[in-house]
Amino acid sequence: MSKYITKRVLISLATLLVILFVLFLMLDKMPGSPFNDEKLTETQKALLYAKYGLDQPFFVRFFKYLGAVLRGDLGVSYVLNKNKAVSDLISAPLLLSIRIGARAMLLGSVLGLLLGIAAALNHNTWIDTLCSFISIVGVSVPSYVFALLLAYYIGFVLKLTPILYNSKNVSASIILPTIALAMFPTANVSRFTRSEMIDVLNSEYILLVEAKGVRQTSLILRHALRNTLIPIITIMGPILVNLLTGSMVVEKVFGIPGIGMLMVQAIQNNDYNVVIACAFVYSAMYIAMMLIVDILYGIIDPRIRVAKGSA
Amino acid sequence: MIMSDVMLEKHAPVLDDDHSPEDFVFVQEGEKLVDRTYKATSYWRDVWSHFSKNRGALIGFVIILIIVIMAIIGPMISGRAYDTIIIEHKNLPPKIPGIFGGVERGIDVYASKGVNVNYWFGTDYNGRDMFTRVWQGTRISLLVALVAVVIDIVIGMSYGLISGYFGGRVDMIMQRIAEILNGIPTLVVVTLLGMVLPSGIISIIFALMITGWIGMSRIARAEVLKLKESEYILASKTLGARDFAIIFKDIMPNIFGQLVIMAMFSIPNAIFTEAFLSFVGLGIQPPEASLGSLISDGYKSLTIHPYQIAFPVIVLALLMLSFNLFADGLRDAFDPNMKQM
Repeated sequence: MSKYITKRVLISLATLLVILFVLFLMLDKMPGSPFNDEKLTETQKALLYAKYGLDQPFFVRFFKYLGAVLRGDLGVSYVLNKNKAVSDLISAPLLLSIRIGARAMLLGSVLGLLLGIAAALNHNTWIDTLCSFISIVGVSVPSYVFALLLAYYIGFVLKLTPILYNSKNVSASIILPTIALAMFPTANVSRFTRSEMIDVLNSEYILLVEAKGVRQTSLILRHALRNTLIPIITIMGPILVNLLTGSMVVEKVFGIPGIGMLMVQAIQNNDYNVVIACAFVYSAMYIAMMLIVDILYGIIDPRIRVAKGSA
Repeated sequence: MIMSDVMLEKHAPVLDDDHSPEDFVFVQEGEKLVDRTYKATSYWRDVWSHFSKNRGALIGFVIILIIVIMAIIGPMISGRAYDTIIIEHKNLPPKIPGIFGGVERGIDVYASKGVNVNYWFGTDYNGRDMFTRVWQGTRISLLVALVAVVIDIVIGMSYGLISGYFGGRVDMIMQRIAEILNGIPTLVVVTLLGMVLPSGIISIIFALMITGWIGMSRIARAEVLKLKESEYILASKTLGARDFAIIFKDIMPNIFGQLVIMAMFSIPNAIFTEAFLSFVGLGIQPPEASLGSLISDGYKSLTIHPYQIAFPVIVLALLMLSFNLFADGLRDAFDPNMKQM
């Protein structure tokens, strides 16, 4: 097991390094410059380049940056918020995005489990059909479509919540984005829970539990649900990816100053360090979550680590 | 069968004189006499019977068909170009005689503006015909869908086949590369490519080329690992076939159908990627139209002219939903065993 974990961690670190390098390379080749104020003369531009070390050769800059990142220093912003440390600039948006994402994940998992269990217990009835319909819609329709629908009907027509993000009323502002983002996890978890639950309910040990006269609630919660939950870990990966991508668009729809919004702004302003930092944070979160999912799954299902270890 | 054995022992020898008819038990008693030989069905008939039983898949297929036809003929039958700007006709609500009255907030906008042509889906903020633009945008989505399948098959399948067939160090290196590529979130690749390349369809296709095929390569590799030890491959090798001939002539035809179905699953993803990029403003740019850019435009006047966003959103949602349903149905029809994948 420790060998498997070591291998996974090493691959993750290598991936992060490659990502950092590619990001750096792409920004280097990108058209445009962070200093495109028309008032700047060529000499002033050159001075600015020298000040931020942008006149040095590519590899020198890369290794300097890498060293700084390892010390926790992500450089300074050139455009968006001049000379402010990037780590300060991104921490507030990042926390806001994580807050929304985590709530969406939690809401989605709980709703998904409930729907899935309801569908499995009422297999082949209208409840089952309804749950299947909800989940296929949730899986197929992009989260920003839900975001737009919610913004229009709940925010605009019914006026229950603010349509756009309001920094004075954060908890009310993030209700709609959370619901919009939670659709995909709900749909995915319920689909999976349903099929796993049906399998488990048909197994012999459940027959035994039933024969022993255990009550229905205890049968589901203590005996069936446990074995249903294990395989659900496998779908956490795709769900997390979807949340990351979805958050960027949903943030745009509701005008939330999250990490996705910051990244788009930074891209449009050629703010190199902020772009790299945002992309890097996204990648690091993604890789860390994939690593956790893989390791968890390896712990739960020994066959996985044998198969992957021998590859 | 067991019963009859017991019976024979009990009553043997059967043809004895001192046995009355009551001693004999009818072997098949209580068993239903069912014909266990079925009419032979061909592979395609089998597939069709599975597929046609799946109501969702059929509906999906029909909706895709309708959308494809509309994408082809839509821009033609409207009689208007998708980028013609008629500023006097801006922000007109949809008007189809008998369905939409061209009324917004109780006012017949067509009458008040003195417009006597009908815009089926209304017009946008520049007076461009939404009907033409929506179907023009659908063409982009369908093109992206096609590209996604081609990339999946050409890059993903070849990569997986080669990696799986050669095994050993080649496989090691190729799998590590795929793992690292897979570790980069698509979101990051796509947004960065949108920056480096000029915005448009090319950058979207590039983004799909970098990340879209990894899932497919895994499936192809797993299939090759199953097949490459089989005897007909050994026979082919003994006859002196080259590696690439074995991979592409002996192995590929056997798994091609299955892989094409798996490729169908990358379509909704690809359509979403395009819509996502264009929505954020890194994809298709006006006056070109795609579903994503139309949604992005309509979003700006969501509360004033909701119809401008409604049509592209409906088409996008239907397209993704029906491709998902269709792919699900196809997979179940061709290979019921893959349901769990």
